[in-house]
Amino acid sequence: MIEVLRRYPVIPALIIALLLFTAVAEQWILPHNPERADLRVRHTPPFWMDHEDASISYFLGTDALGRDILSKIIAGARVTVLVVVAAVGTGIIVGTTVGLVSGFFGGIVDDVVMRIVDAWNILPGLLIILVVVLVLGQGLWTLIGVLAMISWPGAVRLVRAETLSLKSREYVSLARVAGASNTRIMIRHILPGVVNIVIVTATLGTGNIILTEAALSFLGAGIPPPEPSWGRMISEERQYIDAAWWTSLFPGLVIAMVVMSGNFLGDWFRDRVDPTLRQL
Amino acid sequence: MRRYLIRKLIFAIITLLAATMFVFGLSRMAGDPLLLFAKPGGYGMSPERVEQLSQKLGLDKPLVVQYLVWLGRVLTGDFGDTIVSETSVRKLIWERAAPTMQLAVASFILAILMGVPLGVISAVKRGSLSDYVSRTIALVGQAAPIFWVCIMAILLFAVTLDWLPVGTAGPDDVPFWTWAKFKYLVMPAFALGWGPAAALLRLTRSAMLEVLDSEYVTLARAKGTNYNIVIWKHAFRNAILQPLTTSAIVLASFVTGAVVVERIFAWPGVGQLMTDAVWNNDFPTLTSTVLVFTAIFVATNFLADMLYGVLNPVIRYD
Repeated sequence: MIEVLRRYPVIPALIIALLLFTAVAEQWILPHNPERADLRVRHTPPFWMDHEDASISYFLGTDALGRDILSKIIAGARVTVLVVVAAVGTGIIVGTTVGLVSGFFGGIVDDVVMRIVDAWNILPGLLIILVVVLVLGQGLWTLIGVLAMISWPGAVRLVRAETLSLKSREYVSLARVAGASNTRIMIRHILPGVVNIVIVTATLGTGNIILTEAALSFLGAGIPPPEPSWGRMISEERQYIDAAWWTSLFPGLVIAMVVMSGNFLGDWFRDRVDPTLRQL
Repeated sequence: MRRYLIRKLIFAIITLLAATMFVFGLSRMAGDPLLLFAKPGGYGMSPERVEQLSQKLGLDKPLVVQYLVWLGRVLTGDFGDTIVSETSVRKLIWERAAPTMQLAVASFILAILMGVPLGVISAVKRGSLSDYVSRTIALVGQAAPIFWVCIMAILLFAVTLDWLPVGTAGPDDVPFWTWAKFKYLVMPAFALGWGPAAALLRLTRSAMLEVLDSEYVTLARAKGTNYNIVIWKHAFRNAILQPLTTSAIVLASFVTGAVVVERIFAWPGVGQLMTDAVWNNDFPTLTSTVLVFTAIFVATNFLADMLYGVLNPVIRYD
């Protein structure tokens, strides 16, 4: 049993599975309406606390407006998953395409693309995002866009390197002799070879995207209200930290757990795909 | 070597210019800054006043000209006036620079003091309790959102234990090395330093493990050399190169962290100035602070490249 836990990332996989389940099954498992305020039960502590109002109904307590913390976390899961999947997905698709084209054709295209990626990497992402959000206004699509913007360069470099090594293989030359077009070679013969590395990049990048999204929501530039958001839950309840610690503790704990699981899974995938990249 | 550095330098400058264009362009898209002077729905400004202000701010000229004028001024150190209080942005940034520097330097030292020794210990005593503890510190540091770490630190050390104060950078009339002032620095520095410390720890650990596995270490041990000497003289010296060069990039990551940490701890630094500028739609302040931060970021990355070139003669410069 312990051997299995050591070898496979069972617990991180379970946490991610739970997150995905929560995101899909939200409406069936919500204990309370996450947006309904009820001032009579404001700042109810979690059920195990020795307090007259504490009840199993408000499992993790309530916030300053009497909204159930657990329900808000569950409702926040769906938005987070939606935003992160959309952002990482877009970033990966753009990054893979750019990396593939850049590595395959080489030359001036490659030079220009790699310089842009380099430049992108030495800019402070969060600050640029803040300016973009300020200009375009807070919105779900804006957020997905800016998060995709910071996630694409990661894939470019790796996909390009892999493409460079794959395109000199014999089977690619043979495909060319057989009369396959550039597009066909890229899609049918090189893309399948880079899929692994793409999956690894996507998994490893997810944690970072979740953290950035949470930081943006915390600063008031992320998921727009009234949509529930883990980052904003913490920011809204920050002022009550001395009276109601549970309002800030649990959303942050959830973020940390999800990010940690993502990083674990990413490391594990990477070691499986390419053991030479392993960090001992 | 020189060609490599010159190329990197030119590249850094071009990147910086591109960033200024991007930020400037965006901030002008944000809407007519003149409207900020007139309350929407309330009393407006007379046409003469509008005229006068747009001339003062240069808003009547084409965008390219505005950009070039602004860039020229910025290069000579003139960041213009803030929209909100009409004071000099340069003066504001200058006032706020010292607290941010203090915070960044303290966190940087902390990150190195925490990350490097723990990384070495964790590699040398692989599989031991201290290895697990160190790795847990690293894992949590990389996964916990920085703003949440700040709030939990406040909850624990300020609210519950009442050990450390929170809310300002401390009294102004005492130097920062006295406890009366220094105690205000402890929590923000730890919060800001934890993430980078975690990154350094992981890097040091894997570099150490790799070196400890090499033949010359085995040979040194076979000769009967004292194990401590093997670790610190033979292995550590070679393993530290990579983490050391990366530490400059780690320093750059403070730029984003500082914005959040300064916000929460009401630390009167440049990061706070920046978030305030965002809320106030104050584009001269916003563009200037983002520019200053970006310049620091690009400069530290350039330093990292340079350090890497100096310390690692094996890399090829072309």
